[in-house]
Order: sequence, then structure tokens, then C-alpha cells
Amino acid sequence: MNDSTLRIVWIYPDLLSTYGDRGNMLILAHRAAARGIPVETYEVRSDMQMPTTADIYLIGGGEDGPQALASQRLIADGGLHRAVNQGASVLAICAGYQLFGHSFFAKGTKCAGLSLLDITSDRGETRAVGELRGDIDPRLGLPPLTGFENHGGRTHLGQHAAPLARVTGGIGNDGQTEGAWYGKIIGTYSHGPALARNPDLADLLLRWSTGADRLAPLDDAWAERLRGERLAAGLPA
Amino acid sequence: MPLRAIVATTASKTAAALSRAAGRGDGSVIGGWIGLKIDPDLLAHLASGRAVALVSGTNGKTTTTRLTAAAVGVLGRVATNGYGANMPTGHTSALAKEGHTPFAVLEVDEHYLAQVIDSTRPKVVALLNLSRDQLDRAKEVAMMAQLWRTALAGHPDIRVVANADDPLVVWAAGASPQTTWFSAGQRWQDDSAVCPESGHPIERANGDWWCVGCPLRRPTPQWVVEEDGVIDPRGDWHLVKLQLPGKVNLGNAATALAVAGEFGVRPIEALPRLSRVTSIAGRYAQVDRDGRNIRLLLAKNPASWLEAFDMADQAPTLLSINARDPDGLDTSWLWDVDFSPLRGRPVLITGDRAFDLAVRLQVNQVPFQHVHTFNEALAQVPPGRLEVIANYTAFQDIRAVLDRVN
Repeated sequence: MNDSTLRIVWIYPDLLSTYGDRGNMLILAHRAAARGIPVETYEVRSDMQMPTTADIYLIGGGEDGPQALASQRLIADGGLHRAVNQGASVLAICAGYQLFGHSFFAKGTKCAGLSLLDITSDRGETRAVGELRGDIDPRLGLPPLTGFENHGGRTHLGQHAAPLARVTGGIGNDGQTEGAWYGKIIGTYSHGPALARNPDLADLLLRWSTGADRLAPLDDAWAERLRGERLAAGLPA
Repeated sequence: MPLRAIVATTASKTAAALSRAAGRGDGSVIGGWIGLKIDPDLLAHLASGRAVALVSGTNGKTTTTRLTAAAVGVLGRVATNGYGANMPTGHTSALAKEGHTPFAVLEVDEHYLAQVIDSTRPKVVALLNLSRDQLDRAKEVAMMAQLWRTALAGHPDIRVVANADDPLVVWAAGASPQTTWFSAGQRWQDDSAVCPESGHPIERANGDWWCVGCPLRRPTPQWVVEEDGVIDPRGDWHLVKLQLPGKVNLGNAATALAVAGEFGVRPIEALPRLSRVTSIAGRYAQVDRDGRNIRLLLAKNPASWLEAFDMADQAPTLLSINARDPDGLDTSWLWDVDFSPLRGRPVLITGDRAFDLAVRLQVNQVPFQHVHTFNEALAQVPPGRLEVIANYTAFQDIRAVLDRVN
């Protein structure tokens, strides 16, 4: 390992890994390598100490029990807090997104989160399942978000978190906004391999963690076709 | 059988025949639905007096059920739901249609296992495996293991035949005092990284596995796949000749032999029957068209994709992906499958969600070509074998193009 190597950590895949969460790690590694950036990936299990010096941290979705356990262990470990304070980037998905906030509900109980995002989450009356689409905060300079959501939670943003996107299809946080961002932390209800449909979001994480203003373009023709198809599918009928 | 059950059986068979005659289906569901409306206990009435085996799990149910029915057939007539209609309506139809048989071998959707155990009072229950399958509507994998465990704990008289290589299955079967273990391997391990009993990590090495925090560990199997054969509980090795491809089906055959063994069938009696089983509801079917020998493989979740790669020859391969209701609407699972075994083969992709697959293959560094139709794929490959791997509705679409019902 040397200092120019991009280090990506997947947090607790033994607890938080539903369909396709691995994809975000694969996509980031692929897009870094395609730019000639040396990259190493680490799957950090919940019985291991959390490294504090990686560049990008990924956390995925999961069920209530593992979500509560993951939050407890991350609070007790403290390594993720140190990494974020040192400027690491984060992509947090679904259950992982919720536990970055102050609190969330698991199995009917209010659980303490990491308070790394100024958000709180509770349960919605209905489960949100289907295509999700939104216009991303213009300050991030990204094209519209497209994803597939599958969650029962609703998330409320405090004044120190900005919505990642304004919902134009689906539910997201509450039917109005979707996800949150603060500093270099991105949270979203786009579940699983969110970066597959949003390669510019992947590149934002890579730019944040390498300090590069821009990255060499890649051939994203297939990703663009996929985006076109899914954004059209996410439109209200 | 009570009069109500007799009336219900007749109505059920009539409806199934009408459904077939009208060309509305194969009658494997509608007949049972009507019968159960007339007599809610019809399945129990139809099952009584038969020695029943149930086969459940995420993958391999249909094939294992077919092989088991063939093996148990050594002893006499067997009623079975051979078309994958694996819920109580399908079981009711299958038993009503066959009339009285001494034996029944039924494929059971994993969600319905507890209910069907209560109805049919089986002699044997076979548990194949548990892994993620259509998360956007199915129950969590560990929850399914809990449901099985509870169901079996309430029926200590049932002989359980279970896969020693799958920790969730071993735990689910653990409450049962009479278990025969088989080893059929476990390719997909991501859903059993954590012990269902204690929550500690599960370690694996050289085919063995154990929980680091509690006594749960791999039991010693009595039936084991070795080379191209199966070792029985006496330690005798039997060559298994199948017309179905891949190591996966060797494992399914071992399971079938283990279940049939519980009925007293010896491997040497069953093996000739297993070797005569060819395609199963169109799966593994080979079709010759325009000089191409097309083989159809169904893959519906991450575990079964890995199995399909194992079965497929080094030949041009068409992958087709849909995400309609029966498939699950979410394609995220594509990222749980490692497609790298396909590197070096000409790969074509098609289906409603071909673009999702295209992005996945690009990151997986598997070169591919996109085609819009099955016939376009045929035109793109040279004469010889074409392997087709598709998920559920994509598979049905291609079968329709090939005009093959079975």
C-alpha cells in the first residue's frame, strides 16, 4: 500500500448486505482503475476493528436486527467517526443511511445512530418499493438521480443536512426529498448498486477522495442507455 | 374419504380438464383452487393413506422432486406435481389427478412448507438450501430458516433429509431428532456468513464449516457426492449417469437417492430410473434450430446463476434478463453474481433489462454483444452449441419463440 492508493472500505457486509450492495464497491474500484488510480478494497466484518485511514467508506442495506447491531458496534468502535473527521467520503444506503443519523427505528424500538448526518428516521405507514427519481442538489452538479427503493422508513432532515435530491418519482425520505448530504457524506434510499445507474455520483466520490477537479471521461454509453430507460420508467404515468 | 372430499376431488379434476381443454393452462393450479374452495381439508384427505415426501428449498426443487419421484417409483405409483406448481393448490391438483397412489413426492414452495406438512403429514421432508431470492417480496432468508425450524420441531416423527453444507438448513433441521444428512455443496455462501443460532461468524475451510461462537457446525453427511458418483450410507460408491448437466444435478440426484432411501429404495434400483430423466418443465431442454443446438438453462437468483455457469459448456452463451412480476422488479442481484466464468466465451445479452446486465458485465470485464431478439442471437452465433441462461419470464419468452411447451 502506498499513499497514492485509493482505499475503499465496505462496512460490515456480514450485517448490512442486501441485494447488490457489493456493486458499489465494484463500480468505484472499476472506475478508479480505469483512470489509472491504484485501488484496494477491504471488507470489514463486524468482529473487526474499523480502519480509520481509508478514503471511501460504503455501508449498505439490511434488516432491523443487523441494522441496530451495526450501529451499536460502530459507536463502540469509534473508527468511522475518526475517519469522517479526517475527511473520508461516505456512501450510505438505506439502513446504512438511517444509522448515520441521530436515531432510527428497528423492531419497534428507537435506536441511537452515529449522528454523522443531521437526520432522524422513523417508520412510514406503507413500504416504499419501486423506481425512485429525483433532481440532485444543483450545488453537486450532477444529473438526475435514478434508483430502485425498497424501504419502510421515513427520514426527516435537520438544518445541517441538505436533501440529496428533490423527488420527481417515488418516495425517498418522505415523498418530497430523497437522501441527504453533508460534507463528503452521501446518504440515499436508492438501494443496492446505486452507483450502477449514477456513474457521475461514483465519480463525485472519487473526486472528493482524490482531490482531483476532474477525472478522465469513461465510455458510459451502456450506463447512459440504462439511465435513459430507468428515468423514463420512473416518470409518473 | 368423506363425501365432501369426493365431490371436491371430482370438481377439481373436472376444472383441471376443462382448463386444459380450453387451452387456458395445464390445469395444475385451477383444479386445486376449486377443490379447496369446496373442501378446505381436501389436501389432507387426498394425502391420507399415501407415503408422502416433500421437497423444499430455494433452488433445485423442481429437478430434485422429479428425480425423487423417479427413484421412489421403484416401489409403485407416485403422484407428483411435476410442473413446478408448488403451492397447496398445485399439490391438491396433482393428488386429485393421479387418483390413489401409494406414494406422493411433492415440491413445496419454501413459504408453504409448514402448512403443507400439517396437511399432508409426510413421512420424509427434504431441505435443499436457503438463499436470497426476490427480496422485494420474499421473507428474509434467516426468517425462512426459523419458520422451517419451528415447523419441524412440531413434528418429531418426520424423517428429515437435509443438506449438511448449508448452515441455515442444518440449523433449520436441527430441531428434528431424525435427520439424514447429504452433502451437495453450497456455491452461494453470502447468506450464511453469520450463525443463525448465535450471530457469530461462520468459518469455512476445505468443505467444512463451523460457528466460531457456538456448537453449530457441519454434521457428517451419510450421502456424499464424489467424482461422478454418490457414496451411500454403507460407504458404497455408485456411478451416477444423468442426462441433466452439471455438478448441481449430481447433488440433486444424491438428494433424491437419500429421500428414496428413507422409503427403502436402494441406489442400484433407483439409478437406472434417474438416468432416464431428461428435461424438466423445459429446463435443460435441447432444441435444434438452423444448425444450432440450443440448450436452455433457467437461473432465477444469484445461487442458481453460479450453478448455471457450472452446467454450461464453453460455447457461445446468450443471457436474457427480465424484471417482470414473477422475476421480482429489482435487478440489483445482478451485482451479487460473478460473471467472470463467462470470460473467453462469446457472450450475447438480451431481455427487458439487458441494459442493467450490460453495465454489470462491463464492470465485470466480460465482453458482450447486445441483441434485440432471440432470432437475432441465433443469427450471430456459428453452427453448434448455443447455451441460453435466462431468468424466469425471459426463459418462458424464449421457450415460446422455440414453440416448445415441455
